[in-house]
Amino acid sequence: MHIKDVPQDIGMAGDQKEVCYAVDADGRYTLASSLGWAPKNIANEQAWELIEQEVNDILVRVRTGRASPLAYHMARNLMNIKLLSRYSGFFCFQVYFHLTPRGFRRLTSIQKQRYADVFGISVDELDRIPDKCRVNPHHIRSDRENTL
Amino acid sequence: MKIPFKHKQSSHCESGVTANLFTFYNQPISEAMAFGIGEGLFFGYLPFIKANGLPLTTFRCRLGGILNRTVKRLNGRLHWRKFRNPHKAMAALDEQLAKGIPVGCRTGAYRLPYFPPAFRFHFNMHNLVVYGKEEDTYLISDPVFSEPVSCLSADLMKARFAQGPMPPKGRMYYFKQVPVIGDMAPAIRQAIKGVCRTMLNTPGPLIGIRGVRFLANRLAKWHHKLGTRKAAIYIGHLIRMQEEIGTGGAGFRFMYAAFLQEAGTQLCNQPLLQLSEAMTQVGDQWRTFAVHGSRVCKGRSVGADPFADMAEMLRICATGEEHVYRQLTNLLKQKLI
Repeated sequence: MHIKDVPQDIGMAGDQKEVCYAVDADGRYTLASSLGWAPKNIANEQAWELIEQEVNDILVRVRTGRASPLAYHMARNLMNIKLLSRYSGFFCFQVYFHLTPRGFRRLTSIQKQRYADVFGISVDELDRIPDKCRVNPHHIRSDRENTL
Repeated sequence: MKIPFKHKQSSHCESGVTANLFTFYNQPISEAMAFGIGEGLFFGYLPFIKANGLPLTTFRCRLGGILNRTVKRLNGRLHWRKFRNPHKAMAALDEQLAKGIPVGCRTGAYRLPYFPPAFRFHFNMHNLVVYGKEEDTYLISDPVFSEPVSCLSADLMKARFAQGPMPPKGRMYYFKQVPVIGDMAPAIRQAIKGVCRTMLNTPGPLIGIRGVRFLANRLAKWHHKLGTRKAAIYIGHLIRMQEEIGTGGAGFRFMYAAFLQEAGTQLCNQPLLQLSEAMTQVGDQWRTFAVHGSRVCKGRSVGADPFADMAEMLRICATGEEHVYRQLTNLLKQKLI
């Protein structure tokens, strides 16, 4: 990559610059700072869209009574049953049970506190779910993306 | 307390930490040199390891490999520690800082508050150097960021004890024997030999050049096997692995080219400089692959069969890389490096 080709397509990291390797006019490698690159931004955005899709699917399930609010918070924090089990200290099968509305109703306030601590929220917030969830932090779109 | 630690931004966390730690002990090496001597370059397509249901593709060697090999080859000795008790881990960190020793830590990325939200994934292979503590705040040189950052004690503790695949378990490391770099030539020779061996001669179809070709064959069939949408997701994941923060572009190929160039300059070796150029071209080909891949992700691909085209690009990359490694092997055999 030539130093004049170093891409400056602003992406998810905002104005956070990263270092990349490029050759200068004499063919010597130098460190160049880059704001991002459109193909990479597209791939990142795709990953976040997938997560957002999944979280919103789960929200529908919670609202129709097929999953508990815990399922929403788990997906919102990009966790799976195994990871949540490790963080909360519950066994996997317990977490699995708590993801159902029936299991969630049986949680004591102390147990709820354990989950709330993992997510860094209060017990009240653990019971609530939003109408629509925006997890995708990608708001700044690359200007050059459309030209690709 | 603050150790006079010189922060330098780099594109990969592990090689950056290695270079910064060496520089602290007045043995300045560049990030590319640390990456090269640490044998960081790799390729592996491991479809049986799934992260979020997507097959793992890796462009770097195993965790800790770069650091350990660089330190060993440049005559240093590193003290690695891991902990069960988070409070003991923080106390041990404080103890070393009080002695004036900068300490490297392995952390998870999800719980580091200074990370931009877009990069907060449950990713447990991040490295950083802690170089000071002011009251309850740790001063951190995170090589991926342009400036030193700071982090509250409680947050750092959480990050050091992140869970998930490959949990860091509070791992920390510091030099117990300060390296004295003498002649770099043997280390460079050994490192180049190692990379050529893994990339050309690893048994099985998944690793090295064979891995790239294997991936090309698989990729050509993705849209038949998985459907267009899933195939696009697979491609997107592959591009993220190749270009995501930390690779320095093109899956470390540019960084390795920079290493070859630096080694060539140091050893006054003309063939190495030429091979560095060849490696740069390989990197450019990988980037072309990423451009086409992103078009597939966006559904803007041109041509009759974009997947076959992409597979062909991968094969071109493989051929280019193989040429570089074969040349390097020949140079080593003829004792020209």
